[in-house]
Amino acid sequence: MSIFADGKTTLVVQGITGRDGSFHAKQMMEYGTRVVAGVTPGKGGQKFENKVPIFNTMHDAVSATGANATVIYVPPMFAADAIMEAADAGIKLIVAITEGVPVLDMTRVYPFVKEKGARLIGPNCPGLISPGKTKIGIIPGRICAPGKIGVVSRSGTLTYEVVNLLTKAGLGQSTCVGIGGDPINGTSFIDCLMAFEEDPGTVAVAMMGEIGGTDEQEAAAFVKKHMTKPVVGFIAGQTAPPGRRMGHAGAIISGSSGTAAEKIAAFEAAGMGIARRPAEFVELLQARLKSKKNTQAKRHFASAARKKAARKKR
Amino acid sequence: MNIHEYQAKDLLRAEGVPIPPGEVASSVAEVEAIATKIGGAVVVKAQVHAGGRGKAGGVKLAKNPQEAREVASKILGMHIKGLPVLKVLVTAAADIASEAYVGIIVDRAARKPVFMVSPAGGIDIEEVAAKTPEKIMKLPIDTRYGLTAYQASQLGFFLFSDQKKVRAAAKIMQQLYTAFMKAGCSLAEINPLVVTPADEVIALDAKMVIDDNELDRHPELAKLRDESAEEPSEVLARAANLTFIKLDGNVGCCVNGAGLAMATMDLVKYYGGAPANFLDIGGSSNPEKVVSALKIITSDPNVKAILFNIFGGITRTDDVANGIVTATKQNPLKVPIVIRLTGTNEEIAVKILKDNGFTAMTDMDLAVQKAVQLATSSVTPSTARGA
Repeated sequence: MSIFADGKTTLVVQGITGRDGSFHAKQMMEYGTRVVAGVTPGKGGQKFENKVPIFNTMHDAVSATGANATVIYVPPMFAADAIMEAADAGIKLIVAITEGVPVLDMTRVYPFVKEKGARLIGPNCPGLISPGKTKIGIIPGRICAPGKIGVVSRSGTLTYEVVNLLTKAGLGQSTCVGIGGDPINGTSFIDCLMAFEEDPGTVAVAMMGEIGGTDEQEAAAFVKKHMTKPVVGFIAGQTAPPGRRMGHAGAIISGSSGTAAEKIAAFEAAGMGIARRPAEFVELLQARLKSKKNTQAKRHFASAARKKAARKKR
Repeated sequence: MNIHEYQAKDLLRAEGVPIPPGEVASSVAEVEAIATKIGGAVVVKAQVHAGGRGKAGGVKLAKNPQEAREVASKILGMHIKGLPVLKVLVTAAADIASEAYVGIIVDRAARKPVFMVSPAGGIDIEEVAAKTPEKIMKLPIDTRYGLTAYQASQLGFFLFSDQKKVRAAAKIMQQLYTAFMKAGCSLAEINPLVVTPADEVIALDAKMVIDDNELDRHPELAKLRDESAEEPSEVLARAANLTFIKLDGNVGCCVNGAGLAMATMDLVKYYGGAPANFLDIGGSSNPEKVVSALKIITSDPNVKAILFNIFGGITRTDDVANGIVTATKQNPLKVPIVIRLTGTNEEIAVKILKDNGFTAMTDMDLAVQKAVQLATSSVTPSTARGA
């Protein structure tokens, strides 16, 4: 099983004739993603790789193909509009890869997308992959393996690092989601945790956060209150100086808020596993899965014993 | 991008915010001339990207042009939090009856710009928020509708009770919001917003931070960047399209991706070292980028070892390997280098490096440990004692 996207997902690529769009459209098709349409205004009627029809507008693409998801590779100044066009065309899963989208653009886009009932992932994100089923975005398929660990992260290459370690250790993934490094994004950690909790194919979650904002703290509170599946967390940026934007627009400690220490403390308070370095994810997940199995087994035996005792009484 | 007070005031004046007259100067002669033109008492204010200018002695009152010249001679050239003062703002002094705070920031959790106003102005707003949160009003704004008239008046009534002042404040809120949206800010604040003894409401200080992602849309604002106020290596890095932040340690780091770059710095610290910098060479890195990156890292005399950590997804590790070979041929390295790369075209990269006398590692933890060990062992005993 997986979250947000699976083998049935039919995808449009917005910006399919651009440098990044065409490269990654090919990669996704090779992986097995059902790319059913591309959109580049002015190139409607052409075909991508002699195979995928290109349309001028999202409305055309959706009405012709019935696609239910889109991935956006258009330049930053046009990304906000591309997201709204997709939501307006009825697309329910919008993955925006584009880096450099102005934050104030996102303040208009976010409520628009919500009102249309669509899910936006990103912007400034690597997208998502449900190994063996589909990939939407730029996460390299060969480092992933099908399995039962849910992965959610604010970063790109750090996610690859961890996923690669998990795969090598035999811990395959249900879905890996990069939610993006911008201050305002469409999907939060909580949205993903909620989906992983509900997904029967996920048994544990690896979560990679970083400095800036309070998304991780809120996620930790959610874990404590609502999650039955184990969650292991990591925070990047313990050595980052305050007030400096560490590459990601959202990775900045403002005043005294958004520090790594604050976030790690929130993880601790929620009883989450805390990976102090990326490689620790493997052992922590393995240990938590084992102890979870034990407690489940104990619970099972305990309830069986209770039932037996109850029968005896009667 | 930070801009100076005088630049922020220009943007606010353009929207009609009442601000006492003032001009920027970089020499004492200019200061005297501006003070003469303004007439009466002036305030000379250091223009640096650092808070606490007043406490540091960077803001001084002068009764006449001669005095303005004298105080300017002390402020120009001084350092505030390590930053040199190269410019001062000379502005007419104002009498103050009361001070308020007005600001807009992009609130990540609300996913909206949020107005924050407080009648307790002139001091650190974070302190007010921590100690007396009831003295702050926060109002999220839906940017699709903008700041409505009733919201502006709501904010005005939180600050003042006198109808005339409420109206004046509400108008300033609208003007500040317009400036904030036009420039694409992540923060804009007026602190203090002052009421004069004559009951006028005016802005005495202004701060604006512009979202870097807006600069392509606003080339006129991109010109406001004051590179003399920045770390020279960071200016160089930006020109080379790299994200670079200088730190105090001795392990020079070169990584692809911001999250992995931060995680690498953290791992350096975990194994007992200290990172010399944050450097993200980005996704689709070509060999030239690597050459620029190495140039910038090696220009820091504190760097005792260099660590490359590359996870090839979109980034081709052979590009990085070629960059390292080219760069080190141009400028032979004086410090040891540890190269960790894995992912796309790894086999080709390893061969390129091997053919040129480098060894490549694949494990991140082992590479970081090695770099830390090399940086530490190269520290001479005397400096080690000094540290």
